[in-house]
Amino acid sequence: MTNREIILGRIREALKVPAPHPAFQELGRADLPVGPDARQRVPTAPQKWLPPVGKTLEDQIELFRQNTEALKVDFHVCANVSEAIQHVKKLAAEGGWKKVGRHRGELTDAVARELSLAEVQTDRGYAVTDLESCDAGLTECEALVAQTGSVMVSAPSAGGRALSVLPPHHVVLARRSQMVPDLTAALQHVQEKFKDKFPSFISFISGPSRTGDIERILVLGAHGPKKLTILLLP
Amino acid sequence: MNVHAKEFNESARRYTADLHHRGWIQKALDGYYAKRDEFKSRFQSWPGARNLAAETKWEAINHLDRYLDEFVSRLEARGTKVFWAPGAQEARDYIVGVARQHQVRSIIKSKSMTAEEIHLNDALGKEGFEVVESDLGEYIVQLRDEPPYHLVFPAMHLTRQQISDLFHDKLGSEPTNNPEDLTMVARRVMRRKYCAADMGISGANFAIAETGMISITENEGNARLTTSLPRIHVALVGIEKVLPRLSDLALFLPMLATTGAGQSITCYNTLYGGPRQPGEPDGPEEFHVVLLDNRRTGLLADAEQRDALHCIRCGACLNVCPIFKNVGGHSYGTVYQGPIGSVITPHLRGLQDWKHLSQASSLCGACSETCPVEINLHHHLLHNRRNAVRAHPALLEKLIQAGFVLMMCRPALYQFAASVGRIAQPLQRLVGGTILDPLRAWTKTRSFPPLAKKSFRELWRERQTT
Repeated sequence: MTNREIILGRIREALKVPAPHPAFQELGRADLPVGPDARQRVPTAPQKWLPPVGKTLEDQIELFRQNTEALKVDFHVCANVSEAIQHVKKLAAEGGWKKVGRHRGELTDAVARELSLAEVQTDRGYAVTDLESCDAGLTECEALVAQTGSVMVSAPSAGGRALSVLPPHHVVLARRSQMVPDLTAALQHVQEKFKDKFPSFISFISGPSRTGDIERILVLGAHGPKKLTILLLP
Repeated sequence: MNVHAKEFNESARRYTADLHHRGWIQKALDGYYAKRDEFKSRFQSWPGARNLAAETKWEAINHLDRYLDEFVSRLEARGTKVFWAPGAQEARDYIVGVARQHQVRSIIKSKSMTAEEIHLNDALGKEGFEVVESDLGEYIVQLRDEPPYHLVFPAMHLTRQQISDLFHDKLGSEPTNNPEDLTMVARRVMRRKYCAADMGISGANFAIAETGMISITENEGNARLTTSLPRIHVALVGIEKVLPRLSDLALFLPMLATTGAGQSITCYNTLYGGPRQPGEPDGPEEFHVVLLDNRRTGLLADAEQRDALHCIRCGACLNVCPIFKNVGGHSYGTVYQGPIGSVITPHLRGLQDWKHLSQASSLCGACSETCPVEINLHHHLLHNRRNAVRAHPALLEKLIQAGFVLMMCRPALYQFAASVGRIAQPLQRLVGGTILDPLRAWTKTRSFPPLAKKSFRELWRERQTT
């Protein structure tokens, strides 16, 4: 017998005795056996219970702004690409950037072209120490989540796994059309987009890296970026 | 009394008398309560979310065979190597084997309570592999060579001064009182480790059956680096981590953050569905998922307590538990502390050895009330007590109870006992607290009020006659 068969066998044996469904416990009837109804119960959608999100795009951008502010994210709505370029240039000057990491993409190309700094492009592989010595990482994303103030990235949309976490400043370039109301919509987006061909890496990033492990005091920049900038383009 | 119960009692006695420790833990948790409540109140309905979370976990656990099968077949379809580990030994052997086969030199690890459960670091250390914990709290307790104090906040019992001294001793850093500086010391050390490590070990918070992915929740970014840079990634996953659908995360990620750390959402919530895929620039060449049973199926077989497998390890029940706050995380002597640990440890490591933990409860029910997946924790403590006694009846206690019942049911006997008590009590006072005192276990921490000179019956009789 293989280990798989051993464990699945133990599970099937254990499940021969049914456990009461939580919906029945709620009624104070924990002794009620599991009926066919319980097995077929499909849980309702969580949107009903989770924090509310406005319907219009403007509402969602406003909520995203509030949430990212609380998460200590530098979030800007840019009127056009050149405004975004100006903002990144300002960040580069303030941070004294010498080298940036980035991947190829419509928005990252447009911004990086104007930056004229040394670059590490991750698309075709890179040396870890090269990327580690970058002052910033420039990426695009899959979606922005209004409900939580998160950026959803994936391996193809953010230049792999490390670009968005290794350099000390992460700059995200996103389009207004990428704003989604909640996590449910973001997850649905990747399911529809990738079908069965999922990338090996998908992540929700909510603010710069942080820790509270010393006296529960918040410190930004634990192991990942100390700063997160999100620029919203038309 | 067995050795574990003795150790628990000794440690609990020491910690409860330590007022500094109690104040420290309370202070650390006060901030958590405020934040947790703030983010709970943003939910349109927290009770509604709890119900849904409990039902979703019920669905997963009560069809575990089906969902595990689905999870594994989807993972394997994209090149992940899955190992089913019936016990801790098999899991350790497999992971040591992977490290050996790839001639790994250094291993970086992100936080995993499941790895603590199987003592993975010891096993790898014995084979000569250096394992570095990358989560800041875990790194601190690793340097101190002690187990995590709390399953979410491993170093919450330490002051910045202690951590500064520790870093000064072990890492040669300058003493500092600033938590940010201390964090940066660890950041610098860890950066070098990430770049050098050729194997990364992580746990998982959720296993998504529908898409064959693991989900890891963290704040620091250490798990992301652990799973991005080394050429091998091993994830150790308890079989109970399964969720049926990807969309279930929309509920569980915010709930875990809210009850676990008092956050609306944690900084990184990452899904891993395989090793580096064609066209991807980075990620490990090999991705191993080790599915661990280690007596979880024993708990599964107990239908009454099966919902303890719904646990998402948020640690909320520890944070509200009056026992945890007094005896501290290290007194338990278990990997999983607090109410959830007291419920599941007897299943994972033997009822008779760990039944004392079920007595260490005021049965106030704060744990059950706060649990995001509605585990009936304080009732399970009662179930454990009952099961322990059923398996090993306490004959002396039974005898005493029977005697008590006999006395209470016979007025004459009761009156006789009361009058004996009135005579005996002054004598007890003479020897109070000494070894001759039969009530010393009781009077050590409590007073024994004097018996009334006359019983109610006597008073009543007098009233009737006058």
